[in-house]
Amino acid sequence: MIRFEHICKSYKGARVVDDLNLHIARGELLVLIGASGSGKSTILKMINRLEPHDSGRILFDGREIQSFKPRDLRLRMGYAIQSVGLFPHWTVARNIATVPNLLGWPAAKIGKRVDALLTLFELAPAQYRTRLPHQLSGGQQQRVGVARALAADPDVLLMDEPFGALDPVTRAALQQALKRIHRQSGKTIVLVTHDIDEALLLATRVVLIDQGRVVQQATPLDLLSRPANATVEEFVGRSDIGIKWLSLQSAVDRARAQPTSPGLTLAAQASLREAVSIMALHHVDRINVLDTSGQHAGVLYAADVFAPQGTPGG
Amino acid sequence: MRIDPAGVLLGGFGLAAGLALPLVTVAPNRLVSGQGVSLWAVGQRLGPQLEQVTGQDAWVADVSSTALALALALVVTSLLMLSLIAFWRKAAMGPDGMTVALGVALIPALLLLAGRYALHISQNESTLSRTALGSGFWVMVLVVWLAVSNALQRLRAGWALGAGVRAVIAGCVLAALALGWCDQLSLMREFANHADTLGAAVLRHVQIVVLTLLPALCIGLPLGWMVNRSTRLRQWLLPPLNVIQTIPSIALFGLLMVPLAWAAQAWPGLAAMGVSGIGLAPAVVALTLYSLLPVVRGTQAGLAQVPGAVLDAARGMGMGSAQMFWHAQLPLAAPVILAGIRTATIQTVGLAAVAALVGAGGLGAIMFDGLFGSAQDLVLLGVLPIVGLAVLLDLGFEVLNRLAHVRTGGTV
Repeated sequence: MIRFEHICKSYKGARVVDDLNLHIARGELLVLIGASGSGKSTILKMINRLEPHDSGRILFDGREIQSFKPRDLRLRMGYAIQSVGLFPHWTVARNIATVPNLLGWPAAKIGKRVDALLTLFELAPAQYRTRLPHQLSGGQQQRVGVARALAADPDVLLMDEPFGALDPVTRAALQQALKRIHRQSGKTIVLVTHDIDEALLLATRVVLIDQGRVVQQATPLDLLSRPANATVEEFVGRSDIGIKWLSLQSAVDRARAQPTSPGLTLAAQASLREAVSIMALHHVDRINVLDTSGQHAGVLYAADVFAPQGTPGG
Repeated sequence: MRIDPAGVLLGGFGLAAGLALPLVTVAPNRLVSGQGVSLWAVGQRLGPQLEQVTGQDAWVADVSSTALALALALVVTSLLMLSLIAFWRKAAMGPDGMTVALGVALIPALLLLAGRYALHISQNESTLSRTALGSGFWVMVLVVWLAVSNALQRLRAGWALGAGVRAVIAGCVLAALALGWCDQLSLMREFANHADTLGAAVLRHVQIVVLTLLPALCIGLPLGWMVNRSTRLRQWLLPPLNVIQTIPSIALFGLLMVPLAWAAQAWPGLAAMGVSGIGLAPAVVALTLYSLLPVVRGTQAGLAQVPGAVLDAARGMGMGSAQMFWHAQLPLAAPVILAGIRTATIQTVGLAAVAALVGAGGLGAIMFDGLFGSAQDLVLLGVLPIVGLAVLLDLGFEVLNRLAHVRTGGTV
């Protein structure tokens, strides 16, 4: 879908992006992660030509992006940013309709699309359509911002720290919403963040950027179990790397198929991290596990969690 | 009981002005300064007249005498009440509503009393004698106006109601003037003497303002846009504009006379267009220069305060520069740009008076006639329309401002 080939960029003599090669496949939720100043935002903005690159090629859908008009390229890519940037003098509906309007969709189609998107983000259309941005909470504004980015059903969604300015509860809700939308729509999403937990939660693939280079690209699980070097370990958080690794795995997968044993039961869809946490708190070495439909699925033993075969690095 | 301190203060001032300062001054002719006549003395003199006036047959006399009687009663009672009202919490309309009602009645009533007294003097003393509005009148009008504004604010009256109340007061005053009830006041006699030139002067004044604002906007708006894009240009352009503002207007008019006269001589085409060292040309050029700073500053500040995130998002979604300008920058900057144009307009209305010194005409010409002839009421005749013009234009801009804010959804 998007391919970076030997991309370099300097800004005032300093290398911001250094010989970057990266392929983003269709349907991926790719997270670019790095410290501030690592060049991750610059890389994102190169995709829709908000930032020009000095050398190398970027291909979109097999064509070099320089061969597109910037406007045509951007109209095919949704764009959501941390500060949202809603038009303060336009209603929610008109904000969401920005790109469809630029594309000249008929009014009836736009109206339908706006309502569908509001519903998707759990904002009642009748209530929110005519509101102005300043009448919304921060979380609602960001929902509208993401809805606006999705409005014209773009091929790619580019998101620059979209949830960075939100409180933890709102952020978690929006992360879940994004995950759901990605699953349902199968869109290619490129998301920039500096929050490792957000990256591990959302990504199908994480790309760790440092000083304009790719340090490691891997699935969240692989990133934790096989960090490429000390920089990655440092970034992921050396001390609780194992805890994060546990949080990415489902408790059901490690359970033994056994009938219910007396004692505690774990909530459906819980991760190994929650299982270990509960077992440690209640001083037990086994716990009942439910499957997604809430039926008994087996018993998880602490010994199995810490058994040699599945541990980090093993 | 809660006391409104502003109300007490204003009521006290009004009462003191009514008691101590002259409502009108009477002079034997238009050039000598007159003797003050207090509100009390006016009442004493006019009181016995009431019966004679009621005897006349014309309906105008009937109406005017009734109005006079009402005015007399009103002025005395409402001045008293205005001063007490701040203490009076349980009135049916509430003290603030009462203040507004009294204020609406009081200002025309004061004018009516003064006008009536002027008529009385002209009938009983020399026709050359002049009755002018005294310091007591102006202080009382000012105090009442402030009391009404204060009360409207306390009532949390909407903008429309406030404007309505002020319009009613202005309407009553204009009606009293139009009906000829104040014709013998010195100000109105000057008006009668200069009626033919006043209309032309107002038109000329408006003409100067329009001729100034057109180039000021045509140059200032694009300049403001450019200044916002380039810091270098800002550093080069704004200091000279600031310096221009500090040059006294008379000096600037004078400075422009020489180059303009020279230019008119050098290029006969310019002279044919009416450009010369005196008259409209130096006035319009100078006033345009003065107007540039508020327009450029307002435009630059307006564009600069458009949130960067909005523009970032707009560009990222595929808007072109022109679309961003019309859809985002202009509507979001409009209130601040409008404020700059408003300042420039009001400033030009005032400064255009001084332009009379270089022969540009306008209301300033009447004002300077009065100043040089030490005829105070002629000065007023020039100044009052200038104030009226400024107030009207300001009102117009306020309406525009409200519209612009409604569009951005911001708070006013």
